[in-house]
Amino acid sequence: MTEEHVIKTDKLTKRFGDFTAIHAITFKVNKGEIFGFLGANGAGKTTAVRMLCGLSRPTSGNAEVVGCDVYKQPEEIKKNIGYMSQKFSLYEDLTVLENIRFFGGIYGLCSARIKSKTNELIEQLGLQNEVKKLVASLPLGWKQKLAFSVAIIHNPKIVFLDEPTSGVDPLMRRQFWELIYEAANDEITVFVTTHYMDEAEYCDRLSIMVDGRIEALDTPRNLKERFGVTTLDELFYQLAREAKRGG
Amino acid sequence: MDAVALKNISKAYSGNKAVDDVSFKVNQGELFGLIGPDGAGKTSIFRMLTTLLVPDAGTASVMGFDIVKDYKKIRSGIGYMPEHFALYPDLTVAENLNFFAAIFNTRIRENYHLVKDIYAQIQPFKNRRAGRLSGGMKQKLTLCCALIHKPSILFLDEPTTGVDPVSRKEFWEMLQRLKAQQITTLVSTPHMDEASQCDRIAWLQSGKILSIDTPSDVTAAYEDPIYAVKADNMYRLLQVLKNAPGVKDNYTFGEFAHLIFNKEKPETEAFIDFLKEKGLSGIELKRVKATLEDGFIKRLKTVI
Amino acid sequence: MKRLLAFIKKEFAHVLRDKKTLLILFGMPVVQVLLFGFVLTHEVKNVKTLIIDQSQDATSAKLISKIKANPYFKIEASTLNVRRVEQYFKKGNAKLAMVFPANFGREHAGLHRTKIQLIADASDPNYATTAENYLTAIVQDFNSEINWEADIRYTIQPEMRMLYNPELKGAPNFVPGVMALVLMIICVMMTAISIAKEKETGTMEILLLSPIKPFWIIVSKIIPHLVLSVIDVISILLLSVFVLDIPIKGSVLLLMAESTLFVVNCLSLGIFISVETSSQQAAMLISLMGMLLPTILLSGFMFPIENMPEVLQWGSNLLPAKWFYTIVKAIVIKGLGFPAIWKETLILLAITASLLGISLKRFKIRLE
Repeated sequence: MTEEHVIKTDKLTKRFGDFTAIHAITFKVNKGEIFGFLGANGAGKTTAVRMLCGLSRPTSGNAEVVGCDVYKQPEEIKKNIGYMSQKFSLYEDLTVLENIRFFGGIYGLCSARIKSKTNELIEQLGLQNEVKKLVASLPLGWKQKLAFSVAIIHNPKIVFLDEPTSGVDPLMRRQFWELIYEAANDEITVFVTTHYMDEAEYCDRLSIMVDGRIEALDTPRNLKERFGVTTLDELFYQLAREAKRGG
Repeated sequence: MDAVALKNISKAYSGNKAVDDVSFKVNQGELFGLIGPDGAGKTSIFRMLTTLLVPDAGTASVMGFDIVKDYKKIRSGIGYMPEHFALYPDLTVAENLNFFAAIFNTRIRENYHLVKDIYAQIQPFKNRRAGRLSGGMKQKLTLCCALIHKPSILFLDEPTTGVDPVSRKEFWEMLQRLKAQQITTLVSTPHMDEASQCDRIAWLQSGKILSIDTPSDVTAAYEDPIYAVKADNMYRLLQVLKNAPGVKDNYTFGEFAHLIFNKEKPETEAFIDFLKEKGLSGIELKRVKATLEDGFIKRLKTVI
Repeated sequence: MKRLLAFIKKEFAHVLRDKKTLLILFGMPVVQVLLFGFVLTHEVKNVKTLIIDQSQDATSAKLISKIKANPYFKIEASTLNVRRVEQYFKKGNAKLAMVFPANFGREHAGLHRTKIQLIADASDPNYATTAENYLTAIVQDFNSEINWEADIRYTIQPEMRMLYNPELKGAPNFVPGVMALVLMIICVMMTAISIAKEKETGTMEILLLSPIKPFWIIVSKIIPHLVLSVIDVISILLLSVFVLDIPIKGSVLLLMAESTLFVVNCLSLGIFISVETSSQQAAMLISLMGMLLPTILLSGFMFPIENMPEVLQWGSNLLPAKWFYTIVKAIVIKGLGFPAIWKETLILLAITASLLGISLKRFKIRLE
């Protein structure tokens, strides 16, 4: 099942009682794209990501992820995506090897494949000396890189990353983004949220959410031209400053 | 008198040296930055200066008081923002502020002028439980609580991690205003744009101080000329640059990639042709000024 | 299937690497089995008995020595004064008294039928009934012995009297025990979690940096819980009196005062646990497993302390609940006043003071 659009939403809405967290957002994400999903805290990013991952049921509107309907086929969606968030990525009290093997098993890879993937990952990340160490002992940057690699171990069509480089130093962040570039090159679509505006520049297209609505969606270059700014920082500032949901 | 002075401070945890023979001084009224990768020892240094930990070796003073012997005197004169949110999530904004004023034997009214600008931004939410605030608001509230007893020195450990760009900017504007009030501030941050706003920066790596400079020193001292290059397919460009001839170093830098050539005066035209031959289009190549981030990356790379 | 295996493997790893959980998993059952094994018995042993032999004849002497020889009974004293019974019972120095009336010997020789009086402290009705049954059995046995030797049948008829709780209601014994238990659960846990929580969430760092002294931090944590617990005490007492129909024989004010002391004691215990642990989970586990279980088993409320091996009997002296339980029984069931319980009160005060003192000393003013 090949879909040109890995994500397709049409007036997707989520309400919690009186409060409308997401208001009729409509957008599409292409295969192999690096799609940046920006917005201030409280703008609705996490809620939107949850709906797209099949973790939360929308109130109204439509959405299709990897060709599956979010209402009718959330389990199918979960099987075909990867996910990595700030809060959780790997088990701290398991070793590097154990984590890779565990997630390989969870995603349904056969033993031979797990083995080959394990070697590939360790080689790629240079973790040969850390294989038997508990993940808790790794520095943050290494953890995040490993977490990302594990999130795509089953070659999903799309991987959702929630602020993956928060708190990581500039050099490590660049190394992390190299991994993202490689994934995108392998036709894995990357849906990423971030607060680092320089990282937003690496994205093919960006959307900026303010108070539950998408206020801007285009390539970084077009956005800068349209709003007459030189950096995305200024762009974000212009759009988000007027947000009412600051609290 | 130095606001803060460290001499040969060391601290180890289960055999790992987290802080290794660190010495530096901070002047009164200075906005001093502590920059370094994760695990460099920044938090340990903060915890020792705020008297929450005792060093294994070395001495340090804050406001002229010894951090081990005179910890009580230090504690009443400093404000501290730890790395993770450390207020009471089940108390409201107003309740938290009142509590921290009370335990420091003061009232909000007395030092309100210090926090007025910051508090104005969170005031609409003053009856909301602190746990339900967004990251940016939490940081503003924590800053208010740290300032409410009029400390002479502020210690801020990565105050803007996980905070959106708008709130970050506002936070740093507040820090500049505090500087005008003669409050000395030590702050650690992973954001280079914030570091460039400091008076001086200490570079920390693996528990050691690599150097202490002003931001302009760093950029002025950057020896190699830096070029920024862009193409329609950035990923392909990066691949090409990895093995490109005459290139000493390259790394991504937002919209562009930064290049350092082997030669001081490289043949840029020839290089553009080279890139075109490799199938790249929409190429843009220009000389740029070194920024703090370039300096930082250079240092990180040399130590690795 | 493979996924299931992967999950199982992971869960094993989590459990085996969590030392605290392992301790509970393997240590707990061992401790519990041992404790229960030694403690769990509804037999009565070493019943403290008072002998009042007003007859002082050969037969009574024979019966008395038979009882002396029996390991189930421990003769505390022999006296001629019946009033001593009340004294001994009040102080808890005896649970059973055996009274031989003055004409025991003569009646026995003459009428071939006499009576002896068995008086039991029925504040624990089960205990009293069992003890009396044993004693009655011994007397019957004695009866058959002497009848075996003689031609004419003699009988000694025991007459029973249950003091303090003539109706043998279970509740009077039950309520003091439950009171001690409930207060302990609530109070210890409440404060045990509180300081550990501050350490876990990081707010302790900020508190430490303020001029507030550790002493006041501890006091500020005790006071609200104290107020709430006193309300609890009042509700328990109201329920006992009006719903369960157990009158409070002694002074209600004294009861309230002693209960408040016990509450402060439990809160201090909680503070002590909190100061020593660094996570809320550990604090909860220690207070539940470490405190509650021994208290239920060893405070004397469910299982008589007299039955336990010496070691455990000594151990139970360390439990504040044991002393409180004695105090409450004395006031509620026996109607006694302060002079009867000053020793126990002093012990509770001493335990409370030591707990608070140690907590203060061990309160870390730094993060390490």
